[in-house]
Amino acid sequence: MADVLLSVEGLTRRFDVSKPWLNRVIEREGKQFLTATEDVGFEIKRGETFALVGESGSGKSTIAKMIVGLLEPSAGVIKFDGQEMDFASGAAMRTLRRRFQMIFQDPFASLNPRWRVEDIIAEPIHTFGLLRGAEVSNEVGRLLDLVGLSAADGTKFPHEFSGGQRQRIAIARALSSKPEFIVCDEPTSALDVSVQAQILNLMRDLQDEFGLTYLLISHDLSVVRHMANRIGVLYLGRLVEVAESKRLFTDPQHPYTRMLLDAVPDLALSGRRRMPVTGEIPNPINPPSGCTFHPRCPKVMDICRREVPRITTTATGTAECHLLTTEDAT
Amino acid sequence: MKPPILSVRDLVVEFPTRRGTLRALDHVSFDIAEGEVLGMVGESGAGKSLTGAAIIGLLEPPGRVASGEIWLRGERIDNLPREKMRRIRGRRIGMVFQDPLTSLNPLYTVAEQLIETIRTHMDVSDKEARKRAVALLDRVGIPAAARRIDDYPHHFSGGMRQRVVIALALCAEPELVIADEPTTALDVSVQAQIIDVLKEICAERGASVMLITHDMGVIAETADRVAVLYAGRLAEIGPVRDVIQAAEHPYTAGLMGSIPTLTQTAERLTQIPGSMPRLNAIPQGCAFNPRCTKAFDRCFRDQPDLIPRADGRQVACWLYETAKSEVSNG
Repeated sequence: MADVLLSVEGLTRRFDVSKPWLNRVIEREGKQFLTATEDVGFEIKRGETFALVGESGSGKSTIAKMIVGLLEPSAGVIKFDGQEMDFASGAAMRTLRRRFQMIFQDPFASLNPRWRVEDIIAEPIHTFGLLRGAEVSNEVGRLLDLVGLSAADGTKFPHEFSGGQRQRIAIARALSSKPEFIVCDEPTSALDVSVQAQILNLMRDLQDEFGLTYLLISHDLSVVRHMANRIGVLYLGRLVEVAESKRLFTDPQHPYTRMLLDAVPDLALSGRRRMPVTGEIPNPINPPSGCTFHPRCPKVMDICRREVPRITTTATGTAECHLLTTEDAT
Repeated sequence: MKPPILSVRDLVVEFPTRRGTLRALDHVSFDIAEGEVLGMVGESGAGKSLTGAAIIGLLEPPGRVASGEIWLRGERIDNLPREKMRRIRGRRIGMVFQDPLTSLNPLYTVAEQLIETIRTHMDVSDKEARKRAVALLDRVGIPAAARRIDDYPHHFSGGMRQRVVIALALCAEPELVIADEPTTALDVSVQAQIIDVLKEICAERGASVMLITHDMGVIAETADRVAVLYAGRLAEIGPVRDVIQAAEHPYTAGLMGSIPTLTQTAERLTQIPGSMPRLNAIPQGCAFNPRCTKAFDRCFRDQPDLIPRADGRQVACWLYETAKSEVSNG
């Protein structure tokens, strides 16, 4: 079995969304917190693609930001290659940061419009002091080649490129510090399908070539199915199910996963009967009691309204649902 | 056979600019039959939304209809004076846009907006209009419609807002509804609900739908026929099942192959090299020729017209011309 590159335990992040102090005093209200993620735990093995899926507000991007150290967790531990991330120590974070990189959703916002492409790609090389002098421009040219652009493109500015090409530049930048682990936050959701296919294929090729490990964050189940080895499903900040990719799609354990799968429009025109989807994600400031999915769950039981379900081990992963625990008991 | 509700003939939309005239739609022709859902797909910039805007007479200047005809139930509407067109919009053609927040006025309650629209187009009393509005909101699936009708748009969630917009589009009982990316801003689980509502209600009232989207999955589940746009030209039009399962135009075929699905497990996605040309750089002949693997000399010379195929399909590709030209030669 491959060794674990990244492990996350009990990861929780709360945001203070209280009104200003004076308003709280006048309106006699307490502080308000939004729990973006709660008690999330998973492991990513070296060389695999682990995907997190969920609807908006489920905490996908919050988890990504905490893993790359852009956001400090309220509680929980993130271990990278066996080493615990110490948010208090800048020096320790800096050495770790070289080993992981991030690709963002919007290639129009993630590239500085005033910088030339070669400077954008070279920035991580300079920051970490990896190369100097002429070696830097050679390396930039090589990286541009690698992602399917030409070395001559380095002198251009980002606005001269299309969305897909910009995402290639973002990938080249992510690769420039020779990372082992890349967090991809919705890397293709701003792109058209034909361009999306190009980027997904490129990501796969690079993974094969450099043995990269990906954390892929997406709301698109078909993209996730195509890319990931294992998948975690998030709902309102809780990881409701983790399973191997194939298993998740053929045999979903959690009712939310099933609902999500049924909601994806079907290109195969199989005319399958799907479970009617009901309701929307509730407000995370005031989540439902017990299992947070219970108001939308077609298989809701009494216990779901009262108690938060325990994590249960399934065939290829874990799931959090009372259905699984009660079935065990009988 | 009944005459079509909407008939678009050789529609050309141009944008005069300082560097010459850009042709954004180039001889687009299609019909929408009574009660039919026509899907309009294409990548960004292909001219999907522009087609919708041209039909309802809301092209942003300097864009203009340069030539071609638009007929609504046998009446020509592309050259109507503004005042007459205004009466058709909303009354006979309803519209649903992508972002429900921008299509609702945040300063008025939902009731005010619905009642105003109903009374503008129909000769009914205030009380009667309100009754209709409540019934309509109830029909589009807004719980406690009688009470919620007096709420402002910001009181509703994204999915609920889009339901309100659908109610608004349908309140004057139009013959045709143009839905421009109605679910793009929504989560998958909500998207499925909105698509169902739109489809059901239009079927119930016998309204035809022109559904503009970039999501093939949505088209597959909703539309009867689909039109594929590429660089402002129709590439292929035909029954959904045929086009999705056996695309004839190389662009459509590539597009279908590049979409990851939940059921197939392909190692690599089919990839169309390059990207769609900009409007000022559309190549001579077929617009797809630089990216087409089957292009031959004629493709670089002449622009193909829509060629009729079996089952009412039409394909704009010289590959399918041979049989016909032999007949005309002989």
